[in-house]
Parts: sequence; structure tokens; C-alpha cells
Amino acid sequence: MRANYASDNSEQPAPALPQRAKREEHNVSTIPDNCKFATSHEWVRIDEDGIATVGISDHAQDALGDIVFVDLPEVGATIHAKDEVAVVESVKAASDVYSPVSGEIVEINEELLDAPETVNSVPYDGGWFFKIRLEDAAELDELLDAEAYAEHCEGE
Amino acid sequence: MTNRTSLYQHHLDAGAKMVDFSGWEMPINYGSQIEEHTQVRTAAGVFDVSHMTVVDVSGVDAEAYLQRLLANDVARLDEVGRALYSGMLNDDGGVIDDLIVYRMTFGYRLVVNCATRVKDLRWMALQTTGFAVSVEERPGLGILAIHGPESIERVCAILSDCGREGESEAAAIRALGNFRGVELGDWFVARTGYTGEKGLEVILPTEQAPQLWEALLAGGVKPIGLGARDTLRLEAGMNLYGHDMDETVSPLSANMGFSIAWEPSKRDFGGRAALIAQRAELEEGRLPILTGVVLEERGVLREGQTLSCRDADGNELAQGVVTSGTFSPTLKHSIALVRVPTYTASCEVDMRGKAIPVRMVKPNFVRFGKKVFE
Repeated sequence: MRANYASDNSEQPAPALPQRAKREEHNVSTIPDNCKFATSHEWVRIDEDGIATVGISDHAQDALGDIVFVDLPEVGATIHAKDEVAVVESVKAASDVYSPVSGEIVEINEELLDAPETVNSVPYDGGWFFKIRLEDAAELDELLDAEAYAEHCEGE
Repeated sequence: MTNRTSLYQHHLDAGAKMVDFSGWEMPINYGSQIEEHTQVRTAAGVFDVSHMTVVDVSGVDAEAYLQRLLANDVARLDEVGRALYSGMLNDDGGVIDDLIVYRMTFGYRLVVNCATRVKDLRWMALQTTGFAVSVEERPGLGILAIHGPESIERVCAILSDCGREGESEAAAIRALGNFRGVELGDWFVARTGYTGEKGLEVILPTEQAPQLWEALLAGGVKPIGLGARDTLRLEAGMNLYGHDMDETVSPLSANMGFSIAWEPSKRDFGGRAALIAQRAELEEGRLPILTGVVLEERGVLREGQTLSCRDADGNELAQGVVTSGTFSPTLKHSIALVRVPTYTASCEVDMRGKAIPVRMVKPNFVRFGKKVFE
């Protein structure tokens, strides 16, 4: 994920891992260890039959602030790892979302079109972006595990 | 250099995310900027704006000095307590800063932007030559802005909790008209602000700010960060210095014409000669203007995006630019202030390489919680 416009009158905050209380009851302040992460702050989770679910991390949603629009890829599209496949717009900034893996988009989370704030409240759960049929499982080895991702966020 | 207001710990206690704001550690939000925005539009919120710079002007020539310094005319302040919005211009007619000036019993009080503090104070000092005037920064004063439809009653309800003369001061506050203030001992309370909602700004000794803050929160007023302050001011069509105008921009190109007092014509304020030339350029269509646009589809207009502009006959004009853009939490779509050529009748914004038509409207989007453009 990469911000391409930041518009408000503040400096872009560079927080360590978020420490404040979340608005929802879900505890999302810990990084789930069943996910892999891209350094660009997307997560990917293998569900079943080689289908992977992709979203953006809690760290990413916290840095973006209130999310107001999400643009999703089309079902059936074939994409490559590191392609820009979605856009997330918060009050503060627009950011590209990159796919951590290659494959075919098999499902998109249409609920985000009407309720983009779900990404803020439950980024690892109802706030997923799309599902993709993995083309090359070996790509997962290039991604960070939860522990390495936590270190990556702290180092930013 | 990092400055903190007397409410720094209170912000952390309220869950604030703190950011650097022109050398001050200030709260950007306390969780959700949109919830804070809505709180101000529907109920009452409090902003700590103690980072802003308060400057008191006194002395026998105070009025004459400010009539020279400011594009608006302080002679319009015919009663103590009245407030005026003005630009402070350089000799080229560029905007050094925009500010509020209040008439006080001792003279005048100016509130200027924190980001421009150093150059403002330097300019104000330079302009004192020949005037019997004292220009004094007041770093010991803080400012709390309490805004929203319930704000005035919420303030009136907690005055006695702050050890004040609750009933008589509440009566004085309730009696205030818009853009009027009243000195209440060491507090100055005015019906001014930056949100487009009813509300008050309380200028008080910094050491008293925590007590007022705590009483307001106990009284149901919610803390509001600078993020929501920005979306609120933009919905109200108010300029932000350094974004919608600066020293290279004429106030006539920044929707500030209303704040220029041309009469009396003998008043020789800073930038006047340049402004007269710029006014002629504007009339000939050679000066760009600041206006509003809305994007009622998906997407958010952002500062710096360019616009292709056409006149009513479809002729292509010079490029325009978004000077402030955001998602409007009240309207649920994007709004922006844009600087475009004078005769622009339609425009398209370049968003991520796509030309998206936007609708031109008067640059005032929301007042008192309601949409105001057609």
C-alpha cells in the first residue's frame, strides 16, 4: 500500500504499532499469526483449496484514518504479485493496494463499497478486500510472517 | 523544538493520536475523525487551539496602526468585543496571514496562525514605525473552541464548576451575537470559530485551560482533533493559510474580497496599491478566482490535483488547481476549494490520470449542519 495523495494540514503521522483502543469489540490490535504480510502492508491468508484472502493490515488502516471509499478489482481478472489492484481512500489520503500474490480474482468484498469503515473496525476479518486463486504458492515464502511484520512496522 | 499546550496530557488521556503541527504536538484525532466531525455538527465538541498565536495591540495609535496593517478596517469595530476577519498583506498584495481581530477595552487582540507566527510578529514589529503602539505576543494565553448546536448551553452549564460567576457570565455569553465577544475577568469569550457551527472561543490563561477542559468533558462535550477541524472548516468554505492562499496569492484570488475595506479610499493599508491593480485584472478576467467544486460520485478530491477548465462557450482556459480537498462527512461526498481562471464555467479534475467532471458551486458547502449549495 502506498499513499499517493495526502491532503490535510497535518504531517503524516508515523506511529509505532497502534496502541489506542479500537472502536469495535474485536481485538485487532494483535497481528494474526495465520496471515502473511507484504512490506506494503497487505495481508494474505490461505483459506482452502489454494484460495487466498487479501486485505490491509491494522497498522495500515490506523495510519490511513477513517476510510471512505474502497475500489476493488474485477472478479475474473488475472493479476500479478505487486500489481496495483485496489485503491483505498481515507479522509486523509488515497493509497494503492498491491496484491501480495499472483492469480485470478475469484471474489471481491462488495460490502466494502457501502461500508468502507469496516476496514477500520475489523481489518483482518470483515474488512477483507478480495479472494484470489493462487498461481504460485512459492510466492508466500517471500512474504513476512507476523513477527517479522511487527518488526517491519516498528522500523518504519 | 517541540511545543506542547497545557492540555498535552489531557489529550493523551482522551486517546489522542498526536502529530507535529508547525512545531506543536497536537491531537489529529481521538479515534475517528468522522465521528468527531459529526459530533460538532450535531451536538458539541471542544478543540484545543492553544497553539494559535495571540497578539495584543494597545497604545494611543493602536487603531491607526491596525488601519495601516490590515486590509479590513478596524474602524468597523464600533463596540468593544466586536470581531473582524482580515488579511494582512505585503506590499505586493500577497497574503502574509489571515487573522481575527477583536476590539478590547485595552485596545485590540489579534489571533494569527501558528505556522506563520515568526514572520507575522516580525512584520507587525516592522510596521510599528511612526506609531505610538505596543504589540505584545501573549504566550501565556490558551484558546479552547467549543462548537456545535449545543455548545453555548454546555459552556454556560459548567461555568460555576470552573469557579466562575455562573449565572451572570452565562447571561453575558447567551447575549452575544455572532462575531461578538465579552471580557469576563481574565477570560475573553467570543462567538467566533472555524467550523460553520454556532460556538464560542474562550481565550484564557493557559493554566486554567485544564479545568475548563475537564468541566466540558464532564458536561458531555467531546474532544475534537485538528483533523475534524480541517473537514469542518472546508465544509464551511473557510480558507486555510498556506493551502488556499499565501504570500504569492492575491486576496481577490482567495475569495477574501469581502474582507477588504476599500472605503474610505484615503486609508492607505499595506498592499492597497497592488490590490487596486489586481482588481482591474480581475475585472478583465486575468486573475484566477477561488471557488468550490463538488464530486458527487466516488473518489476524493485532493490538494494539488489539476483541473482542465472551459468557459461557457467551451473554450479551453488555463489549468486550475485544487487548493483544499476532502471527503465531506456531512454530505458523504468529496468537496474542494479550487483556484481556476475567472470565466471558468465547467471543469474536470485529473484524478489518477482520469478526467473526472466536477460540479462548480459557491464555496460554502455546509452551515449549521445543513447543505447550503443548490
